[in-house]
Amino acid sequence: MRRGVAPRPDPTAEPLVRFENVSRRFGDLAAVDRLNLDIYREEFFALLGPSGCGKTTLLRLLAGFERPDAGRILLGGRDIVATPPHRRPVNMMFQSYALFPHLTVASNIAFGLRQDGIGKAAIAARVDEMLALVKLEGLGHRRPDQLSGGQRQRVALARSLAKRPQVLLLDEPMAALDRRLREQTQFELMELQARLGLTFVIVTHDQSEAMTVAHRIAVMDRGRIVQAATPSELYEQPRSRWVAEFVGDVNLIKGLVLETCAGEAVIADKAGRRHRVAADVAAGAQVFIALRPEKVRIHAGPAPHHAPNAMRGQVCDIGYLGGLSIYKVRLDDGDLVKVAVANVARTSGQMFSASDEVWLSWPPDAAVVLTG
Amino acid sequence: MAKGSVGTDLGSAVSRPHPALPCWRGRAGWAIVAAPYLWLLGFFLVPFLIVLKISLSETAIAQPPYVPVLDFTAGFRGVKDFVAGLSFANYFTIAGDYLYMFSYLKSLKVAAVSTAMLLLCGVPLAYAMARAPRAAQPLLVTLVVLPFWTSFLIRVYAWINILQRDGLLNQAMVWLGLIDQPTTWLATDTAVYIGLVYSYLPFMVLPLYASFERLDESLLEAAADLGCPRWKTFFVITLPLAGRGLGAGALLCFVPIVGEFVVPDLLGGSDATMIGQTLWTEFFANKDWPVASAVAVVLIVLLIAPIAVYQHLQTGEIEGRR
Repeated sequence: MRRGVAPRPDPTAEPLVRFENVSRRFGDLAAVDRLNLDIYREEFFALLGPSGCGKTTLLRLLAGFERPDAGRILLGGRDIVATPPHRRPVNMMFQSYALFPHLTVASNIAFGLRQDGIGKAAIAARVDEMLALVKLEGLGHRRPDQLSGGQRQRVALARSLAKRPQVLLLDEPMAALDRRLREQTQFELMELQARLGLTFVIVTHDQSEAMTVAHRIAVMDRGRIVQAATPSELYEQPRSRWVAEFVGDVNLIKGLVLETCAGEAVIADKAGRRHRVAADVAAGAQVFIALRPEKVRIHAGPAPHHAPNAMRGQVCDIGYLGGLSIYKVRLDDGDLVKVAVANVARTSGQMFSASDEVWLSWPPDAAVVLTG
Repeated sequence: MAKGSVGTDLGSAVSRPHPALPCWRGRAGWAIVAAPYLWLLGFFLVPFLIVLKISLSETAIAQPPYVPVLDFTAGFRGVKDFVAGLSFANYFTIAGDYLYMFSYLKSLKVAAVSTAMLLLCGVPLAYAMARAPRAAQPLLVTLVVLPFWTSFLIRVYAWINILQRDGLLNQAMVWLGLIDQPTTWLATDTAVYIGLVYSYLPFMVLPLYASFERLDESLLEAAADLGCPRWKTFFVITLPLAGRGLGAGALLCFVPIVGEFVVPDLLGGSDATMIGQTLWTEFFANKDWPVASAVAVVLIVLLIAPIAVYQHLQTGEIEGRR
């Protein structure tokens, strides 16, 4: 598609959007809590988190529907906290789409342009351009209730793009679509963003959606940003146990750092097994080893020679997902480890069956050591 | 039209027999469909036909005070005599006497002006109610309905007290220095408008409130987001979407105000009477039932037009939403 590697934001560049110590309280609940965040020009940025983490409030703060109790919100270097929503060069696509039911599709798209006092001919041309952009040519005269859910979603997108906003805010834009349409729309959104060169900020609770569309993702929890990074950084280098567990599937092994030498730490778990992990941690620290299921190798016995971090266990549960099989392996001390194996060959069937004795191993650089 | 199509829809659903359902289900279905029509037949159409019949009669010093009287005991001859005795003379009387025409026009004017004033008062009030904190809204609705707990007649009498020469209104205005001398309010058109707007305000506010309250908040946010200031959003989004409530409120006020009797009779002057007062005079002062009935029939015909327009708009909207 459009990009090999997500562009890293240039730290010397001025961010387009900057949240500075922004707080928004509803009664006792701090929906957004002393939050700092920079979003750069032409970025596709995702706010990801469980429901109630404050991601929608953050979006509404940027749109102007909420006012912060404290802190500053800068857009292009200018504080916009006092600017009412109708004067902000920011447009939002609503989760409910919020199409005006008494106006036609064309009038809905033209609504924002009409507020700017643009000439009739220019508006008509822009509406046609937008209809073509979202592939709804010829439906301009329809009413929103005469459209399918997917078509309504496109109208909402066209309406929010019509004014060429500096930032486009998308509030769970694909929540109401079925899975197939959602995946298709995700790629269309990415393509649109790259083509128009606009800054998109999307709110979603769906991590695969965020990982698919966004250059950078901010993971939020209880009103704060836990980690803001590229999708691969989030997955491969989560900063905390919470992020590791929220993004993707993970095995967590609790242990004590015995010694570190040449960038490799030896960590003992509660069963006394010693794990070698490529990490720079101080000896004596209580840590968690975060190990993604697809990075664990699974072998039939006997104990593999020279395999690092070998553990013996028994298959207790198998989940067949088509492309992948998930094996749940119970170790000798009773802990469960999940292993994901790609089903590469068609005819091999299941490699193991329940209650088979197996050996697990993983290379030292496959896991991350988390202190938090 | 709409009613007819509802009937056939239900009818086809009922007539498609389900093997497990006993056949009485079909009859029960028809009874449910027929109930409102029977109600309208018994309590609207039959009384209307009686009034229509009287309007085609002639006044007489008798019991009842008109002829001919339909005599079923005389069989077919009785019906024939009755039909032969009917005439449109009363309608010609009404058409020929400018006083009736004047009374109709006055009623329509008063109804139109008061409906406009009711809209001006009711729209901001209903909008403010719908925007009030959720928890306060039931209380506000109760406050709007509260006057109904006192008799309508007593409330209009109270206005006589307020509007009379030494009443509260004159006292307040003199005290505020707005006027030097008490003015005459009572027995003027102003008093009638005050009384009508006061009496009918709940009928305007409640349907409007229902429309405003249903409005999706995100539509207002979307309008603001697209650059529309708040005041403009009210006119391009809120009001058009409250169209049904506006129509219902205006109709609920306009139609009864045209025939209103109590308010103009108690608060208005005697120089120009509204059609309700004319009707009352014909029935009770002149004891001319046939002319009074003719006046009533013409009034109904006049009022059917706005109701039909409203009905048409409403069915159009329902079909549009499908």
